[in-house]
Formats: sequence, C-alpha cells, structure tokens
Amino acid sequence: MRFDYAPAPESRSVVSLRDSYGLFTGGEFVAGSSVFKTISPASEEVLAEVTHAGPEDVDRAVAAARHAYERTWSVMPGKERGKYLFRIARLIQERAREIAVLETLDNGKPIRESRDVDIPLAAAHFFYHAGWADKLSYAGFGPSPRPLGVAGQVIPWNFPLLMLAWKIAPALACGNTVVLKPAETTPLTALLFAEICQQADLPPGVVNVITGDGATGHALVAHPGIDKVAFTGSTEVGKEIARMCAVSGQRVTLELGGKAANIVFDDAPIDQAVEGIVNGIFFNQGHVCCAGSRLLVQESIADELMESLRRRMSRLRLGDPLDKNTDIGAVNSRAQLDKIRIFAESGVADGAERWSPACPLPDRGFWFPPTVFTGVSQAHRIAQEEIFGPVLSVLTFRTPDEAVAKANNTPYGLSAGVWTDKGSLILSVAQRLRAGVVWANTFNRFDPASPFGGYKESGYGREGGRHGLEAYLDVLGPSDVLGGQ
Amino acid sequence: MNAPAAGRPGHAARPGSSRPGPSPAGSRVVPDESTRHTDGMNEVAASDASLRRFLHGLPGVDEAGATARAGMLATRSVKTDAKRQAIDLAISMIDLTTLEGQDTPGKVRALCAKARHPGFGAPPVAAVCVYPDLAGVAAQQLRGTPVKVASVATSFPSGRAALDVKLADVKSAVAAGADEVDMVIDRGAFLSGRYRAVYEEIAAVRIACGGAHLKVILETGELGPLDNVRRASWLAMLAGADFIKTSTGKVSPAATLPVTLVMLEAVRDWREATGRRIGVKAAGGIRTAKDAIRYIVLVHETAGEDWLDARYFRLGASSLLNDLLMQRDRMETGRYSGPDYVTVD
Repeated sequence: MRFDYAPAPESRSVVSLRDSYGLFTGGEFVAGSSVFKTISPASEEVLAEVTHAGPEDVDRAVAAARHAYERTWSVMPGKERGKYLFRIARLIQERAREIAVLETLDNGKPIRESRDVDIPLAAAHFFYHAGWADKLSYAGFGPSPRPLGVAGQVIPWNFPLLMLAWKIAPALACGNTVVLKPAETTPLTALLFAEICQQADLPPGVVNVITGDGATGHALVAHPGIDKVAFTGSTEVGKEIARMCAVSGQRVTLELGGKAANIVFDDAPIDQAVEGIVNGIFFNQGHVCCAGSRLLVQESIADELMESLRRRMSRLRLGDPLDKNTDIGAVNSRAQLDKIRIFAESGVADGAERWSPACPLPDRGFWFPPTVFTGVSQAHRIAQEEIFGPVLSVLTFRTPDEAVAKANNTPYGLSAGVWTDKGSLILSVAQRLRAGVVWANTFNRFDPASPFGGYKESGYGREGGRHGLEAYLDVLGPSDVLGGQ
Repeated sequence: MNAPAAGRPGHAARPGSSRPGPSPAGSRVVPDESTRHTDGMNEVAASDASLRRFLHGLPGVDEAGATARAGMLATRSVKTDAKRQAIDLAISMIDLTTLEGQDTPGKVRALCAKARHPGFGAPPVAAVCVYPDLAGVAAQQLRGTPVKVASVATSFPSGRAALDVKLADVKSAVAAGADEVDMVIDRGAFLSGRYRAVYEEIAAVRIACGGAHLKVILETGELGPLDNVRRASWLAMLAGADFIKTSTGKVSPAATLPVTLVMLEAVRDWREATGRRIGVKAAGGIRTAKDAIRYIVLVHETAGEDWLDARYFRLGASSLLNDLLMQRDRMETGRYSGPDYVTVD
C-alpha cells in the first residue's frame, strides 16, 4: 500500500529573530563598523543582518576578555565558575527547541539532528565541564593548574552551537575567558548563546562573540592579547594559523579535516553496518570533519553490501530541514555546493561510477543528493581529498592488512570505523589505525567525556574528556609537580 | 544478495548466493507465491549440524545498532492525512485477541461483533484470535465476513506437550473453522541447539494446518539476543511459516520495535532470496495508537510498502483497537471523546 508521511514542519514561531545583531563584547551587544546578511541555505531567504567585526572591534572584545579574566574569572573559585556553567547548561536545555529551530534555519541541517544531537550534546558539554570546574586539581595536571588567559576561538559552520560548546565550556571551566568568532554563514546561534550568557548573569567579558568573515578570524588569531588559539575548520586555514602561532608563541589547538575510512569486514552485522555507513557519510549532509567518507568493504561482500546500501539510500528523505521527517537537509552555502559539485565531477572524470537514488531537489536553496561512487581507487581525488558533502567513495580490500594500509594512506587521521562481529579483529585493527577516534560497530557517536582530535593533518590537541582540559590549562612540567610549589 | 560471497560461510549457505549452497547456483529461486515449503533449501534442514551452520552463518545483529535504528524510526512524525491513513491501516491489521482462562462463547461473540464493526466508520479488523475450543464460536460469528478466524494452538503459550498432542490441537482448531493457526515454537529445543526438532515440528504443524495459514510464534522474550531472533525467523521460514510472530503476549517483554525490526529484515531478505513474501505479526504490549503507528513506520522503512497490507503485517492486540478508534474520532471531530464512548468489547 502506498504510504507517505504528510509534511510535519517544526514551527518557526518559537524563534524571535531580530532584524540585526551587534557584537557581544563586555556583556552587551554593541554596534560595529559594517554589516552583512546571513541567509537560510534551504530557501536563500535573508534571516538577519549581522555585524562584521573589524580590527578595532576585535581589540575591544579582547580587552573586555582580558579585563574579565584578570578582575573576575581567573580569581573566582572553581566552585563558583561551575555554578555559572551549570546555569548555562540548564538554559540551553530550557531553550532547546528555540535553539534547534534557529540552528536549522541558519545552517540547513535537519531539525531531527539539531533537536536530537547538536543541542542536547551542547548542553551535555556544559554540564560535563561544569563538573570539572572545582576538581581541576584532580585532573592529573598538578595540584593547582592555572588557566592560560584569554582564548581566541574560531569555529566552523557545520555544528555551530555544538562547536561553540566544545570550545567555550572547557575554556570557562578552566578559568579562561574567551573571544569566539562563529562562522560567517552560521552566526545566529552563537548570538543566541550570548543572550543566554546575559540570562545566566555571567560576568561581563567572560564570553565575547564577534561575527565576521575570515578577515575577522585572522585579526582575532593574530591579536597579541590572545594567549591561546583554538580553531576548528579546514586544514588549509589551520596550517596558516599554526604558522602564525609558531611565530607569536601562542598556545594552539587545531581540529581540522578528515577522510575517515569506515571498514566493513565480511562478518559484520550487515544491516547495522549499512546504518552506520549512512550515518557516517549522510549525517549533517556529510558536513562532518570525521565523516566516514571512504567506505572500505571486504571484496567478498561488496556487491551484497552495496545492494543493501542502495536500498537504504533510496529511503533517505531529502527536503525542508524544518520537517521532522527530513533525513538530509540543505548544503550550507553556495560556495560549499560548488565545491562538492566539482569533486563529484572529478570522480566521474577519474572513472568511478556515480549513483544517487531518485531524489527530486527543491528549486530554491542549495542541495546535493546523497551520492555514492563505486570503483574508486586510492589514486582518485575523491578518495584522497576531503569533500565535506554527502558523497561516499567505496573501495574494496581483501585482508585486514590491506584495509589498515588503505585506511592509513591519507594525510588525515581524525576518525575511523571498524565493523565486524569478531572482537579480536576490532582490537587488532583499531590499534593499527592512525586516527584519533576509532568507532567499533558504530559511527559518529560523541560524548563530552570522550576526547576527540586528530593525527597528522587532522590537527593536534584533544577536545573533551580529561585530555581536553589540558588545552586550556597552563600545564606544569613533571619537575614542577614534584616540587609541589 | 546474489553476490559472490567467497570466504563467508553464512553467505555460502544463504539462498540465492552464487556459492555452492542449497539453492541453484548463481540464480534466484523462481518466485512462486504458491510454493509452500522450503524453496529448494531442504539440504539446509538435513540435520542439526547443517541447520546450525546455516543459521549461525547468517550476518549477526548488533543490538546497540538495531535498537538505535528502531529508536530513530520511532521519532518519525506522522500527522494529518498520513496519520488518518495509518490509523485505518492499523485497525485493518489487528488480530483482535482474547486469550484468557475466563473466555466464554459470550465474550467471543462480543469480540466478533466488534471485529466486524469497530464503530466510528472504521474498517473491520483482520482477524479474531482465540483459543482452539472457541474457534468454532468465532467461525460461526464471522462466516461471510472478511474477518478471519485465528486460533492459537500447539499447547499455547508454553508449547510444552508431545508432538501428537500439539498436532491434535492444531487439527481441532482447523476443523472448528480456523483460517489461521498461531503456533508456538519449542523454545527449549531452540535454545539447546536442537534446530532440527524445531524445524520438524513446524513442518508437521504446517501439514496439519492444511489450507489454513500458519503463523509461527517465536516468543522472542524467551530467546535472548537479537541474533537468536534472526535465526529463529529464518528457521521458521525454512520450515514453511506463512507468518512469523513475535510473542504469545504471555511473556514479558512481548513485541518490541528492535525485535520487530530484525524480523522485518528477515522477511525482506527471504523475499530477496526466494521471491516469497512472508508476513510478520507483532503481538503483545502494543496498546496505544502511537505505538501502532510506530510499527507502521517500522514496516514502511524496513520491509517496504509491499508489507503494508493485512495479508503481510498484523498487530496482535486487544485494548489497542479502542485507542485507535478514539484517535480516529479525534481526527474527524477535532476533540477527544473518552473511554465511555467506545465499547469495552
């Protein structure tokens, strides 16, 4: 019997968008020199005007953060800092629906994901780090680890609020103050977060949010008043930041690109592996640094697995991101869409076979159908470079050694997946994979207690867990610890 | 499915694979809906050892993954027209059930009346499900209607009796007019690895059913991990089931979404392999319209639209019907009525 879900759009009325937003510095919204517009990628409608922060605006934000660091935040007992973080976490939960709708509007991701993944995880990061605030002496970094100072943080557009949480929660828990620059195309939830900071009575200047493009980010990272730089984004920009920080001596952590291998062995639980492959590459339209963009499947089950995967992909629902039944939303920007198209064309030109399910695309907005390439070899561009879109490259292997060799044969090393019912194989393969995160019989699972970060060109430093605290603490050497200061 | 499956014993044994196996090499078994039995897979059932090799060679089920998939599908939002359609579909798939020691002819007559005319303009349900001694009463009440008579049998719910007693149970139900027989498998034999015994019993019941449809209850609440649910599903299909059914309703947990997901995957894969479509019945613990709609969604996104049909998917339930009727009424009138506006049976 023919059956389909009726449209089930989440209401936009929970969000009250302002026409224009200032910069959040020193605890209030202030005007800047110029403005730009942020649009909804699903409809290309203009959502709001946002301020572009110039060098003098960056100066002001850094000065506010410095002031708050010295006068308030670094001298406040951890127990008190923790209270603010708990309060922020609860406010995120209370306003979860509003934040989720705004995230979906500004980013294009399905409401199911912003509602069930992004926002709950963002709240979880604040809860988790709130708990650390008064226990830092027990984190393994000496008896009384000190904060670093003012952190300059630049985050990407793929998980706007979640990346904000990954950056701000540990920084604040450790006693640092922050100046955060959200991505140019997705500034709105960071500005809503600024409102939440006001609502939580967070002391002025502890969190500052400045909006703008790459030039703003550059001015922030290059600012001499910044003690610590944290960046999540492309490897290209990450390298530039690493060069700048090498000169200035600032502490830096980088979370960059990836080209993760999702390795499926012939004894894998097939139906769950197919779910994991789909979740690995089509979650958030593939705009995930740790996306499982290379499927390495054991040759003996390749055809069977591909048949299951195509059947499953045919059920993916692409369309209005606010519809609660949408699985695949809009690509975040025209620029990103163009990039994905060029990669897909290169795949065809290199001789790989391209397939997408029958999938009508909306007329307005930026859309790319879920796509899989078979017959891909390591030499193809689509097997080597990060596409950052819903495009899966399928390669085959014959033995575990070959799988590991192919998985590691990339300049990146952020994540990997292993699918098999054999526990010993999971352990031996995971041990040999050069990736910061290895998922076994699952993919794209995140938890604030679990450190996340990469090898090689995927960056350095870890976020989350006890390990993630190190990036925001003036960690003592072993002799200092023994000296007991 | 008909892929070269070298190096994978499970796939070697899997029907439709091009490896040496029980089915014709390299080709799918010709689809034939009338074929009752094992579709050329008799060798698989030759012994406990061969059955074990086959069933344990099936791809595993990862519990966490299957549970997560079922949980995600439970968040699907079914509104307005889709909800209206789902409610009527769910009503038409109900096996309206009474399986109590206190059942009487009067109770069964009342249930049959409700099955034919649930009220509120709703379609009739699929079947009325009773104990064998009351199958005759139900058959009399439902003669000439589209509503089928289903009878449990084989020493329901425990299944602990000698085979000839179970077969007599089945025959009496069929003789009394049952269109469908809901048998229980021997869980003890299954759990102790005597797959051949389970297979033979199902096959014997299949013969005793004659023209009646056979639903095989796996009682998944007693089988343990989902791997066993998949194996029991394949075992029942190999032995000739028309339907595989989750539970008796007498054991907790009864039907769950992850269990039903695995069974739907099994019938989907079985059709890929043999061309034959086998039904699934989720029974026990499904009480609200919301629950029922979640099962419809699960069927829709797992086995597909071909299973959204009372011939291939059933919900075994008793109180569910009233909640569906109240929801249906609310869709029509815009307000909730209340339990006093639907009949108790």
